[in-house]
Amino acid sequence: MITPSYRLLTVTGALMLGATFAHADTLRVLNWQGYGTDERWAIEQFEQATGHRVVHEYFNSEQEMLTKLRTNPGAYDVIVINAAYTQQAAEEGLIQPIDLADIPNAESLDAELAGHPHLSLDGEVYGAAWVWGVTSFAINTQAISEPPNSLQVLWDPQYAGRIGWRDDAVESVQFAALLTGQDINAPDDFDEIRERLYALKPQIRTFWGSENEWNQYMASGEFDMATYWSGSAARSGGHFGLPIEFVTPREGAIAWLDGLSMQTDAPHPEAAREFIDWMIAPDFYTYWDGEVGAPISANVEAVAALPDGAFNKALMEDLEQVERLPFMGPIEETMRRQMLEVWQETKTYFQE
Amino acid sequence: MALPDTVSVPRRGPSDARSAAWLMGPAYLWLIITVLLPLAAMFYFSFLSDVPIAGRNWYTTFSNYEAFFQQEFYRTLMWRSLRLGAEVALWCFVIGFPCAYVLAKTIKGRWREALFLLVIIPFWSNALIRIFSWTMVLRGNGILERFLAWLIPGFGSLDLMFTYPAVVIGLVHSYLPYMILTCYISLQTIDDSLVDAARSLGASRLTVLRKVILPLAMPGIVAGAVLIFVPVIGSFMEPRILGGREGTFLGTVIEDQFTAVFNWPLGAALSFLLLACVLIIFAVFQPILRRAS
Repeated sequence: MITPSYRLLTVTGALMLGATFAHADTLRVLNWQGYGTDERWAIEQFEQATGHRVVHEYFNSEQEMLTKLRTNPGAYDVIVINAAYTQQAAEEGLIQPIDLADIPNAESLDAELAGHPHLSLDGEVYGAAWVWGVTSFAINTQAISEPPNSLQVLWDPQYAGRIGWRDDAVESVQFAALLTGQDINAPDDFDEIRERLYALKPQIRTFWGSENEWNQYMASGEFDMATYWSGSAARSGGHFGLPIEFVTPREGAIAWLDGLSMQTDAPHPEAAREFIDWMIAPDFYTYWDGEVGAPISANVEAVAALPDGAFNKALMEDLEQVERLPFMGPIEETMRRQMLEVWQETKTYFQE
Repeated sequence: MALPDTVSVPRRGPSDARSAAWLMGPAYLWLIITVLLPLAAMFYFSFLSDVPIAGRNWYTTFSNYEAFFQQEFYRTLMWRSLRLGAEVALWCFVIGFPCAYVLAKTIKGRWREALFLLVIIPFWSNALIRIFSWTMVLRGNGILERFLAWLIPGFGSLDLMFTYPAVVIGLVHSYLPYMILTCYISLQTIDDSLVDAARSLGASRLTVLRKVILPLAMPGIVAGAVLIFVPVIGSFMEPRILGGREGTFLGTVIEDQFTAVFNWPLGAALSFLLLACVLIIFAVFQPILRRAS
């Protein structure tokens, strides 16, 4: 006969085993490098709390991310996907629906962002809203004392040969669309956009591709101003101590939203949900924003927990003043090709 | 470089053929699997409307090739890439040939080995590292400008970084060893007594170079130029890093199709058009190339 205390011991033992071994999965995360999920302290804390190991793989563009999902089915657990691509990934069957009820911290997500139409398909949610921010530009405060308030300044001859521009067809077209008051996800007047982009020829010093590259160019004084992402600006200014200031132009900015998704047939769905929950939690966010610099959390409680005067609190106030704040959305394949063509034409024009 | 036509071939029995097959088989099998099959797959891709994976509708089409002829900018970039290849090959010859000549004819013994090592060592380092080193040299107020300012006080700014010349400089540095090595090999086989004979018959140094050395070294020069021209016209890493705004070539556009926009069919079609262009150039210059070698 088994005594109660003995039974208790077995149960506890089984539970402990369960906590330390049975669920000790190796979680594969696909993200941009240096974008929150791969912060060492965060991974260490998560590994200690849950027993799961976390391994990262990186991509340099959304297309590369999609290619990785297509060519490695069932390889990744958690993927950071820009909401503009979530529907496409879902349509292709690359990612699986997520029940936000399974993720405790999702309760305090901003309702508008959590239920953002770009994150769902046919009534099912495919991405848990994580962070959002805007694409605009940042100035080198050593070169420019008075921060400008308009996108027009990028075209100002005063800064000829001093502008850094991201070599990205969609982003370039969207900047021109924003300036000319068109729909950034489906502009209709491409002649106007081409004209704007052609006019950048004397302005651009060089193209940048990654945050790391941006920091290097800024640090070596190649740019007076350069297009940039708000979350990255927080990192470059705060963490790397570069003399920069992020500008919220009065015309508005290109807003984007990043969600956390799970690949179809993710090998460790339970651990993946735990990781997503961990990433949405206020604790992670406040530490990330404070120590490194982050975009704006989709979690209302996380933003509220930021200290007063934090970059992202100020940015949110600034963004309430702008004329337009269009979100990057899904782009039709034909539209995307047209954008690429205009951008390649522009770059060829730059050579002449 | 080709074998003389007069090499006598010994009679071969069936057993020779079998052993030849055994000896050559693995190499050719390897080539078929690793080179020809992927290339054939890419060739097939270039006729598709979309990447043939699950969840995508695709059909065979010529539209990828048509795009090249409909859009003028592709031809502009093709021309730029060909020009870049020719310029880099030319500069490699201008710099590499004298160097190879000195190595082959003037310097002997240990010094030659040491100097050879200096030519080869950069070749052992990663290409990306070499190009990034160039960014430190070429950029404004970089190593080169500071050196020139020290040499000639008041020397202004060169502003070489992110320009076409910067791309040429980086590529010439990367591919120079090819030219030096191929020229060295063909220069070494030139009998010194030929030069002596020409000199004794009254030829000036320049005439000797023009009439004796250059024609005899031509196989090496042509081989070096071809080895440089072909990879340079498809290069994308060096133009991207050193060329900045002026660094768009057909190679970078092809890379964009594969990495940035996932349009493999168009990327494949552009690659094969580039290949076709190279083949046409070689076909046109075939008589010259044959005579040279």
